[in-house]
Amino acid sequence: MTRSTLSRRGFLKRGANVVAASVAASAVPGMVAAMGNVTVGFIYVGPRQDFGWNQSHWDAAQKIAAMDGITVVEQENVPETAEVEKVIQSMIELDGAKVIFGTSFGYWDSLKAMAEKYPDVLFTHIGAIWKEGDPTNVIGYRGYTEEAHYLCGIAAGRMSDTRKIGFIGSKPLYFIYNNANGFMLGARSVAPETTMNVVITGDWNNPVKEAETTNALIDQGCDVIIANVDSPKVAIETAEARGVYTCGYHSDLSSLAPNGFLTGAEWNWASGAEFVRAFVEDDPYPNLKRGGFREDMVALSPFGEAVPQEVRDEVMAAKQGFIDNSLQLYAGPIADNQGNVIVPEGEVRNNDDVPFKLGIDWFVEGTIG
Amino acid sequence: MNSVEAVAINAAAFVITLALFGIYVATLGHNPLDVYYVLWLGSFARQISIESTLTNAAPLMLTALCTAIPARAGLLVIGGEGALVVGGVATVLAGMLVAGAPFLVGVTFMSLAGALAGGLWIAFAGALRQYRGVNETISTLLLNYIAIAVMYHLITGPMRDWERVLKTSSWSIPDALRVGALPVIDVHWGLAAGIVVCLILYVVMRRTTFGFGVDVLGGNPRAAQMAGLPINRMVLICCFMGGAAAGLAGAFEVTAVHGFASESLVVGFGYAGILVAFLSRQNPAAIIFLAIILGGVAASGGLLQRRFDLPDATTQVLQGLLFMIVLASNAAYGRLNVFQPAAWRTA
Repeated sequence: MTRSTLSRRGFLKRGANVVAASVAASAVPGMVAAMGNVTVGFIYVGPRQDFGWNQSHWDAAQKIAAMDGITVVEQENVPETAEVEKVIQSMIELDGAKVIFGTSFGYWDSLKAMAEKYPDVLFTHIGAIWKEGDPTNVIGYRGYTEEAHYLCGIAAGRMSDTRKIGFIGSKPLYFIYNNANGFMLGARSVAPETTMNVVITGDWNNPVKEAETTNALIDQGCDVIIANVDSPKVAIETAEARGVYTCGYHSDLSSLAPNGFLTGAEWNWASGAEFVRAFVEDDPYPNLKRGGFREDMVALSPFGEAVPQEVRDEVMAAKQGFIDNSLQLYAGPIADNQGNVIVPEGEVRNNDDVPFKLGIDWFVEGTIG
Repeated sequence: MNSVEAVAINAAAFVITLALFGIYVATLGHNPLDVYYVLWLGSFARQISIESTLTNAAPLMLTALCTAIPARAGLLVIGGEGALVVGGVATVLAGMLVAGAPFLVGVTFMSLAGALAGGLWIAFAGALRQYRGVNETISTLLLNYIAIAVMYHLITGPMRDWERVLKTSSWSIPDALRVGALPVIDVHWGLAAGIVVCLILYVVMRRTTFGFGVDVLGGNPRAAQMAGLPINRMVLICCFMGGAAAGLAGAFEVTAVHGFASESLVVGFGYAGILVAFLSRQNPAAIIFLAIILGGVAASGGLLQRRFDLPDATTQVLQGLLFMIVLASNAAYGRLNVFQPAAWRTA
């Protein structure tokens, strides 16, 4: 007994400068050695089964873990403090991680600092705000979820009886405006008389307010609800209990509303797998990547049972339109809800017109709120 | 109190905690020995582990003082979270004022501003108690919500940095006034500040007449009053010192970690500090060690998640067990004959 303790201590001392992962793997029985494999670390800001933002990344982690030669290590509830950097270092030095997925916006400064410290490790971030001068081993990527919202909007427009739909947003930020506009333009493409009530809660995560808002929107006559908050679970369950339709956001939430779920706008963060592959095989990779269905960076949730086949076909046709670039989200004439013409008749803003989309701080015509 | 006794009882509590935690993980299908090894690996076994542990521990030392110092005077203050937040906001404002000042002057000014804001915040609760009879536990709890709401108001409006689109935050302090890491070990300077402040307050509380007076006050306020001690003033000073420590924690979160005030200041350092204060039995020197132990639990909790795919809540189970058992072990003080002077032994 004494002997084994002593030898482990000596082992640890000697091992201090050796690759940490191999030491840990050999010292802990039952652990699979990471040698020859690539270890990928995922860091989540909240619980990974949150029916929302973090879960969309967890979905990606599971897909990436299924790839050959990839081991995934995950840590949840990591606040955006000094702790992030230590978690990253711990993943690199103790687990031997070669790729780090930082899945919260506020990790950005920490990711950049760590990228400079560990130039042979790849870091990804979900804000797509990389710019010239930032470390080249950092990738920013983000999907055009407004395209998926457009498809949800088509389903909502077809299914709504009251011709009123409801959108709950977290913060007044460009992508929330884009998602709301996508939802509305999709609905109006099939039911032009539709109006949309929008409520911005001001918080990423405020379940009480989200439930109140959902009820208020339903009381105003909205019969399709979509919630752009960190975890739309509360809004969807509230709407389901009130007997109205819902659309999901972030990840597949169809299980939350067996009766009223139409479809949902999902991220496809697993598209980050290509960065891992490129990095491992020493191929070039972009530092900044945005894309929609065409680039396979967003996805659509499975349809709920309430959605009839002809609506499904219509939605899937529009999805194909995004994929082959024949459908443009912001195609004129588009006016905002103050009456200003934004995109005149005959003009089209391409789906990849990022500067235009980043500048959006208005709601399309027919939006109330 | 006999310090050998305290060490022995705490060590026993720690061993019992680990044993119970071992049973818990065994029921989840993991070998407890592997789990213990990973706990050790993640908290102290390597430089990066120690750095993680100390990074987690640094703010806890200061926020623990916010509960521990007033507790010595008989108050139960749980306002560390709020004091940290107002300290952080005051630090940003001070940083704006001293932009362009020499490094040491600027950092000192910002730290003092943070400490002053936190100190006044908790002293206010102390004054409400002494002069208006408001329960300090309730008032400090509510002051936490007020502090957080005020910060949100400032960072979403008057102090908002509109350049930072996706993360709502205040203006940033000048880069030249950002505090870096300690020499040798990659942990920010808040750790050094925490240790120094804990040691100073240990001396103040244990080796001065003021500290003795506070102990008398905490033991029996009426007796203290009869003895002619200025109890109102002493309560206010204790509250101020505790609040100033938490405010200083907020100052270092700004100067050393973030550079701005944001919702990242509200991550529970203040509440974790309460835990540390109770575990240390309000002893400022013991706070240093217990903050490091809790920091280690948090640091190795991450590795535990990664290696065994355990949920994050597992760490909270361990923390909770530790807290309950250390508190329960308080009952053992004075009951173990071996630690008593020979003349007091009963059997």
